[in-house]
Amino acid sequence: MNLFRTLRLSGSIGLILVIFWLAVALAGPALAPHPLGEIVDYDVFLPMSSTYPMGTDYLGRDVLSRILYGARFTITIGAAAAIFAGILGTALGIFAAVSSRMVDETLSRFMDALSAIPGKILALVMIAALGSSVALLIMIIGVSYTPGCYRIARSLAVNLNQMDFVQVARARGEGRFYLARVEIFPNMIHPMLTDVGLRFVWAVLLLSSLSFIGLGMQPPDADLGSLVRENISGLAEGAPAVLMPAVAIALLTIGVNLLIDSLRGQAKTATGEV
Amino acid sequence: MSEHIKVSGLKVTAPTGDNDEVTIVDDVAFAIPRGEVLALIGESGSGKTTIALSLMGYARGGCRISSGSIRVGDTEVLSLDRSGLRDLRGRRVSYVAQSAAASFNPSKTIMAQVTEAVLIHGVASRKEAEIRAVELFRALSLPEPESIGSRYPHQVSGGQLQRLMAAMALITEPELVIFDEPTTALDVTTQIDVLLAFKRVIRERGITAVYVSHDLAVVAQMADHILVLNQGKVRELGKTAQVLKQPEDSYTQTLISAITPCRRDTGNEATTEQPLLEIRNLVAGYGRSDKNGMPAMPILKDVNLTILRGRTLGVIGESGSGKSTLARVVAGLLPAARGEVLLDGEPLPGTLAGRSKDQFRRIQIVFQNADTALNPSHSVAQVLGRPLTFYHGLKGNERERRIGAMLDLVKLPATVAGRRCGELSGGQKQRINLARALAADPELILCDEVTSALDTVVGAAILDLLVELRRELGVSYMFISHDISTVRSLCDDILVLYAGRGVEAGSRDTFQQPPFHPYTELLIDSVPELEQGWLERSRRPVAPVPLVDGVRDLELCPFLDRCPVRIAGTCDQLAPPRVVLSDGSEILCHHSEAELLLPPRDYAMAAQR
Amino acid sequence: MKSVLFLILRRIGTVLLTLFLVSMVVFSLSSLLPGDAAQQLLGQSATPEAVAALREVLGLDKPGHLRYLDWLRGLIVGDPGISLANDLPVAQLVAERLPRSLLLAGIAALVSVPLALTLGIASAMYGGTRVDRFLNTLTLTMVAIPEFLVATTLVLVFAVKLNWVSALSYAPPGASFGQFIAAYALPVLTLFFVLVAQMARMSRAAVLDQLSQPYVEMAVLKGASLPRVVLRHALPNAIGPIANAVALSLSYLLGGVIIVEVIFNYPGIASLMVDSVANRDMPLLQTCAMIFCAAYLLLVLIADICAIVSNPKLRT
Ligand SMILES: Nc1ncnc2c1ncn2[C@@H]1O[C@H](COP(=O)(O)OP(=O)(O)OP(=O)(O)O)[C@@H](O)[C@H]1O
Ligand code: SF4
Ligand SMILES: [Mg+2]
Repeated sequence: MNLFRTLRLSGSIGLILVIFWLAVALAGPALAPHPLGEIVDYDVFLPMSSTYPMGTDYLGRDVLSRILYGARFTITIGAAAAIFAGILGTALGIFAAVSSRMVDETLSRFMDALSAIPGKILALVMIAALGSSVALLIMIIGVSYTPGCYRIARSLAVNLNQMDFVQVARARGEGRFYLARVEIFPNMIHPMLTDVGLRFVWAVLLLSSLSFIGLGMQPPDADLGSLVRENISGLAEGAPAVLMPAVAIALLTIGVNLLIDSLRGQAKTATGEV
Repeated sequence: MSEHIKVSGLKVTAPTGDNDEVTIVDDVAFAIPRGEVLALIGESGSGKTTIALSLMGYARGGCRISSGSIRVGDTEVLSLDRSGLRDLRGRRVSYVAQSAAASFNPSKTIMAQVTEAVLIHGVASRKEAEIRAVELFRALSLPEPESIGSRYPHQVSGGQLQRLMAAMALITEPELVIFDEPTTALDVTTQIDVLLAFKRVIRERGITAVYVSHDLAVVAQMADHILVLNQGKVRELGKTAQVLKQPEDSYTQTLISAITPCRRDTGNEATTEQPLLEIRNLVAGYGRSDKNGMPAMPILKDVNLTILRGRTLGVIGESGSGKSTLARVVAGLLPAARGEVLLDGEPLPGTLAGRSKDQFRRIQIVFQNADTALNPSHSVAQVLGRPLTFYHGLKGNERERRIGAMLDLVKLPATVAGRRCGELSGGQKQRINLARALAADPELILCDEVTSALDTVVGAAILDLLVELRRELGVSYMFISHDISTVRSLCDDILVLYAGRGVEAGSRDTFQQPPFHPYTELLIDSVPELEQGWLERSRRPVAPVPLVDGVRDLELCPFLDRCPVRIAGTCDQLAPPRVVLSDGSEILCHHSEAELLLPPRDYAMAAQR
Repeated sequence: MKSVLFLILRRIGTVLLTLFLVSMVVFSLSSLLPGDAAQQLLGQSATPEAVAALREVLGLDKPGHLRYLDWLRGLIVGDPGISLANDLPVAQLVAERLPRSLLLAGIAALVSVPLALTLGIASAMYGGTRVDRFLNTLTLTMVAIPEFLVATTLVLVFAVKLNWVSALSYAPPGASFGQFIAAYALPVLTLFFVLVAQMARMSRAAVLDQLSQPYVEMAVLKGASLPRVVLRHALPNAIGPIANAVALSLSYLLGGVIIVEVIFNYPGIASLMVDSVANRDMPLLQTCAMIFCAAYLLLVLIADICAIVSNPKLRT
């Protein structure tokens, strides 16, 4: 019983973190003590202090303000990409499930091929070809995760499609669009939302990695990953400007992960009392 | 001491979502003398398995034995620690599970699993254990007792696996054996072999046993005492004969009356003899079709049937015989490879796309499993409203009114209209299922095992409802079932399917006494009767040795391998003829009517001529 | 036995087909390039004639499908063209870098797999207990941490504060064992950190799935002890899923390597690929991408073969 509470605890920590980051995404720039890009001190890589709660960066800008601005990019791009993948994957998954075997197999083969390209690699190839504006990043990250969403959505939809209630509707003479929209889709909403939540975590991690290696967000805009990159030279001095943005990302992704895990309910215990 | 097993004040609780507990077994007490069998009987969810498992000091996922006493011999099970429990389980008390297929480890050989308990408990050496196992295989009439142990579980049949599981339970010579619905997953014709084997080892070895079942007729064969359970509480406990003949408790009485065969009045002798549905030479199956249009897995082979307007056709056959496939073809869910389906004399297009809305409306299908047949994210009103809108264009108030009328028709209160389908009980769901079919205003309803997933009492009520609806609305049914007594009680005409072929067809009166097709006879003889000693008396023809498998011609008799009266040189050479018997039924067999009337042993000899 | 061989061959066939589709995807995606590689290479000031000449040298004047076939042929015979950025054959660049990456990934896998499997199996074995809950929350947290946070923290602690190892990781040939350890410690540790959590979670799920099967309950009711139930009964059936879990997590390693090579300046294939993206050096990029995809498919293939061979339904 005691353990039950720990799980709940981790879930509520997750919830608090998620609410916090939502607030930052919405109101971050308004809360920032300094406007974007303002150089506040000639000393670079200052440690934490009461004037600069997270120190200063390589140009002497306030790190806290930079994080508050950067988080907005990270969260919106991550969320937009996850939603993009979720919608596209679900739509294609249902479509494949209710279509003829030919269509289904062609689409699934193609998606298999896409998912055989590890996410980061696919993203790198697309960035090389297309560039990396905000809109493109959303699209690129979204496309990288679409095969995964598709696979889950399709298997859900195929299972639902076999269910007796869909067979009944089919024998009633209903069209495919009705089957997909009314009989199948409503039963997929819940699991797909969970999936999109998890993909948001991966999207944030992917975006941050891309920015960190300099191929994601391009200056002058900076998301949390870019902040780590631009300040990496301060690592030798142990400047908070390097660690703090990375910690911010971790707090965001950990929060979402904990929340989703506890929403999905506690793990099954298998062998009973043994 | 005379009482070998003594249970008193047993209470088991299960956790609920919000840190609370519910009692699932309450204040259960019984005793079993050495060498006798106690049956636990009750509907699903009545706590049978929970009680049986607690005899091993075991409770499933999260449940807890919260109080009471369980004595096995001199041991108080509930005060044992972990290692004490391990010593008890598998050695002194052992368990035969409901689904042998799931309870065998797929990646270990049968012998390794059967002898495992002996080795864990150090009862004997591996060699000795294997010798014992082979003895048990023989005692349980398993084929090839010497070598069957080296197979993997997927390489033996369901009935054999169930007996192998009994061998696994008996190998340590335990004091108490628990049989948990060991034949529920089997077809009746297989069940009887397993029951006979169990009965023999129980008697020969003087085993004390607990036999869990929902089937009173099976229990009547196996048990010395019966304990009737309902919602975790004991309703009645007594000697088998007393409980069956003079039940004291009202609940026991309902149980018994629900399974006592009754002939439901079909009340439509007057209807015209005009065929509503006719199926001619139907061939259908799954998988890709070859050049000739034959599917890779042909399931139905040359099926013929006729359903007259306002009448009920019962389709009966064992699992996998193609009953559901037949329904799917009629509903248009599966295109036929060959043959015709005629509705009112008009050919029905084989695919969904080819059918008109009116054709869809006239045929409705109701599935076995009410849980999966209703969309969990829809409300009852949505479920019933859709066919009203779809077929009849009803909207608004008119639609509401019809939904109310439909609910009334299936005897549900109008208030359920707003509920989600997931919130209803099994019986209620099945009524909604029926109501949805009725909302279309159909002429033919395909009922695929509509009562099989329900408890006997609830199922009987649904059958009564079907009869009443037919009287009021004049619909016809194709009633699919694996249970011959249900079919005989409800249907005007009966078709027996075996391996996708119709082997016998006739009116229900022709299914009351011989002559029968040999398979029908086996089927009818295999259904246990609610009468002690039936099992011993049942005249069981000796099962023939399966044929050496060679090339099997599709045309040969489908029942060849299992037929107790097959005629060597004829049945395995020639396709059986379709014969019309004097009572009007039609069978697919080489035997003449006269031969079919002989008792099995005699006509087996007649066949030797 | 025949059917197993058949199944395996069929899997290999599917993988090859997928690889072929992948090559089409990679090629067509990287040819989406707005603008022109020749123009890009020569800069805005180049004369149209010079650009046209270079286009011809690069084969850019041919239609897409021909270029694809040329490229594919080159890839298969081991000559995937010339790197645009540094004028060296792609094959030579890759041959130089690939072994180093394999070494790094190999060491990381070697340390991670045993520990991750032990953790995963143990945590499934004690499913629902305090230990399991703790491990669950811990690994859940670990999988959400970006690799560069791990890497920077490690550098900060071990290289900057404690000064035990150098932040620069590359051990030159002929380095002593001590040097080797010092050089590889941080990159391997970073990868290890990322990998273990993922793999432990997935193998735990695979074993738990088996533990909820009725045959496990049966074994318990035979009086089998917990280790016997898990190791003798559940584990043999979980080999397929576990192999799959290991393969998928190791493919995660492919992504992790990118960050680690960049952060530690490790001259492997991943940093080569990152450079090729920055330079829009398509021939090099395409080849690197294909290598990563092939590695991924190889892992999945091995896992599938494990699953096929460990399943008696297929084996007998
Ligand atoms: N979609 C499918 N694809 C392939 N084979 C199938 C499919 N559905 C059923 N089968 C096979 O067809 C055969 C007949 O199945 P069917 O469901 O018609 O049997 P049934 O008589 O209804 O059995 P039950 O009493 O178990 O419901 C079985 O061997 C089954 O495995
Ligand atoms: S045809 Fe032969 S094998 Fe078939 S049922 Fe009749 S006697 Fe038996
Ligand atoms: Mg069926």
